[in-house]
Amino acid sequence: MSYVRYLQCRLCGQTYEAKPLAACESCWAPLEVVYDYGRIWSDLRREEIAQRPANLWRYRELLPLEEDPQVGLHTGFTPLVSASRLARALGIREVYLKNDSVNHPTLSFKDRVVAVALNKAREFGFDVVGCSSTGNLANAVAAQAAAGGFKAFIFIPADLEAEKIIGTLVYGATLVKIEGNYDQVNRLCSEIAQKYNWGIVNVNLRSYYAEGSKTVGYEVAEQLGWRLPENIVVPMAGGALITKIRKAFDELQKLGWVEQAAPRFFGAQASGCSPITTAAKAGTSEIVPQKPKTIVKSLAIGNPSDGYFASEAIRASGGAGEDVTDEEVVEGIQLLAETEGIFAETAGGVTVAVARKLIRDGRLNSNESVVLVITGNGLKTIAAVSGAVRESETIRPKLADFEDVFLGSPTEATA
Amino acid sequence: MAITVRIPPPLRKYTAGEGLVSTSAQNLRDLFDKLDARYPGIRGVLATEDGKPQRFLNIYVNDEDIRFLGGADCNFKDGDEILLIPAIAGGV
Repeated sequence: MSYVRYLQCRLCGQTYEAKPLAACESCWAPLEVVYDYGRIWSDLRREEIAQRPANLWRYRELLPLEEDPQVGLHTGFTPLVSASRLARALGIREVYLKNDSVNHPTLSFKDRVVAVALNKAREFGFDVVGCSSTGNLANAVAAQAAAGGFKAFIFIPADLEAEKIIGTLVYGATLVKIEGNYDQVNRLCSEIAQKYNWGIVNVNLRSYYAEGSKTVGYEVAEQLGWRLPENIVVPMAGGALITKIRKAFDELQKLGWVEQAAPRFFGAQASGCSPITTAAKAGTSEIVPQKPKTIVKSLAIGNPSDGYFASEAIRASGGAGEDVTDEEVVEGIQLLAETEGIFAETAGGVTVAVARKLIRDGRLNSNESVVLVITGNGLKTIAAVSGAVRESETIRPKLADFEDVFLGSPTEATA
Repeated sequence: MAITVRIPPPLRKYTAGEGLVSTSAQNLRDLFDKLDARYPGIRGVLATEDGKPQRFLNIYVNDEDIRFLGGADCNFKDGDEILLIPAIAGGV
């Protein structure tokens, strides 16, 4: 059933059979899944996709599964929201929100990558799966492992948000909290992956896992009426999402399903952890690692493995990388919630605040349209905004109290 | 002075299956030289032609990324443990 030809190193071009592999054995770079696009082109029409159920498997020919999916059957095809009130507030002609804060089953874009990775884990015969995570991946692996009958080991930095810790434990996964930042968690997880024959979704299943990110790009294009956006703002942690959306857009053009276009990619980070935007601003793709210090924990990767390719994608597209302070992140969350009724987690605040900054500076053309990728749900990072929202008064259950406190006018007693 | 280097599985074809290697290397450049002298060809996987570590290879000295310790200028101490680990995806 698969259209996969092989895995190929993104740097040196060496090819590998499609097996569980963490990186190129010659130069350590990530491996890319390469498909037989000629055969996909002759077997599939985009009109057929429109007839399929509203989940990410509607693009299954462009995903690396050999067999029919067994887990994650309801993941993906999240709303693309036309956000006119936010557009007015930002001062740009048109804004669309790709709203993965309502993804199934764990309310983040990570549901997509895990759906692909766990099906591959099953195909490869792994009974135990795992991941290192900044939180959302932990939730997604724990939930889908439970649904798929896998045993799961999840490795996280000990200081993650309580919502993300409880939202992992509830599924019965073994959660390993590690003293240290994500990069240190990764180091341990990588050693564990070398020793045990487990399917670690972001290590030896990474090439397949990352393919799930492409479905954000397919969906955006399909939901725009098979058209590529003029501009897209994408939050960056390891940097894989932005490069995979670029791959998705390239594939759609290759298949002739969308007109040739040149979308500009804008990468968004928090200033307290901005190795990729720092490189992009300096006009380079060489990443200098940082020690993260930000409330945006889901983006707090100081040593981004796909940073090189992310910066390259941004620069080649004529876009830009930009970062915002933690205060601006909170403002971004509030602006999105108050204009569009969507409560995003801190990464979404980064995306909105970076868009605002780019529009103000004129780097994002206000006569054009932009897609903002909202990757996760605000209910997972409550503490980030708990100090910023307006306090609410408690009153006695009396009409007069209500009118006095909330309507601001002293009431007259009625007989 | 001796340091230990943990060799990841993909590189053990160079070390005859050995996962833990002891060496007297003083710094990164010296480490690449000494490992290549003992295991011919391994340098090409660890470093680029100009002697820098491969872009997607992370090198840790004990618990710290070597780039935070001065990179090529970092001098190893007796008992240091060197880890060679590919960059790993994640986040968002």
